[in-house]
Amino acid sequence: MQDRIEKRIELKAPVSRVWRALTDHREFGEWFRVKIDGPFVPGQVSLGHITYPGYEHLKWEAVVQKMEPERLFSFTWHPYAIDPKMDYSNEPQTLVEFRLEPTATGTLLFVTESGFDKIPSHRRDEAFRMNDGGWTQQMKNIETHVAKS
Amino acid sequence: MSRNRSSAVSRTRARAPVFAALGDETRLTLVVRLSAGQPQSISQLTEGTRLTRQAVTKHLRVLESAGIVHNIRNGRESRFEFNPQPIAEMKEYLESVSAQWDRALSRLKSFVED
Repeated sequence: MQDRIEKRIELKAPVSRVWRALTDHREFGEWFRVKIDGPFVPGQVSLGHITYPGYEHLKWEAVVQKMEPERLFSFTWHPYAIDPKMDYSNEPQTLVEFRLEPTATGTLLFVTESGFDKIPSHRRDEAFRMNDGGWTQQMKNIETHVAKS
Repeated sequence: MSRNRSSAVSRTRARAPVFAALGDETRLTLVVRLSAGQPQSISQLTEGTRLTRQAVTKHLRVLESAGIVHNIRNGRESRFEFNPQPIAEMKEYLESVSAQWDRALSRLKSFVED
């Protein structure tokens, strides 16, 4: 059974542009929807909070692993460490890796998240349930909003 | 009644790591055999393999603690039955994480291409 998530996406932008969008903490925050306190530094903890509507109370916490310019950016984190009251620091983390390759038209980006086999399954179930509830609520909010306007 | 009891057991045992239980060739083979349907005894599961009865028993215990198989006892007879739930939950979880990445990457795409 697969214990990792692998994504591949073609971007019509040069590698240097994609690299900046991934590794400049403000730019990363724009598309990932997180407000990060300071620049990414390999070996250091990155702190902040989620800006995604409805999830603003959640913390962002990751440890930057590798930054090989225009080739590889990686960090470890607790996937969906969503309960602010719970201490996740002793739980295993997953590794997120972004790999960049130049193409004729821009950049090929590979994203891998691995290490799910080490996450206790009660956390996975909880994350899934809360996540699902969150999205259901989101959809309702949108529906209400659209119905009003 | 036994159905209620077994679902309570499976909820408790779903806390054990499912991936770790499946991360072994022999256990995967046992799961594939059991997922085909009929509950099987340890002797049946040992048949046609190079494994000892003890080895099969040990692997079944690991699967049982992850809730992937149940032991059904009928008098002196003991058989093992496949429980699809923990694997289905894992799959659902990974699908939800995967969908979140799809959304994040499509935002990244708009962000760098604009």
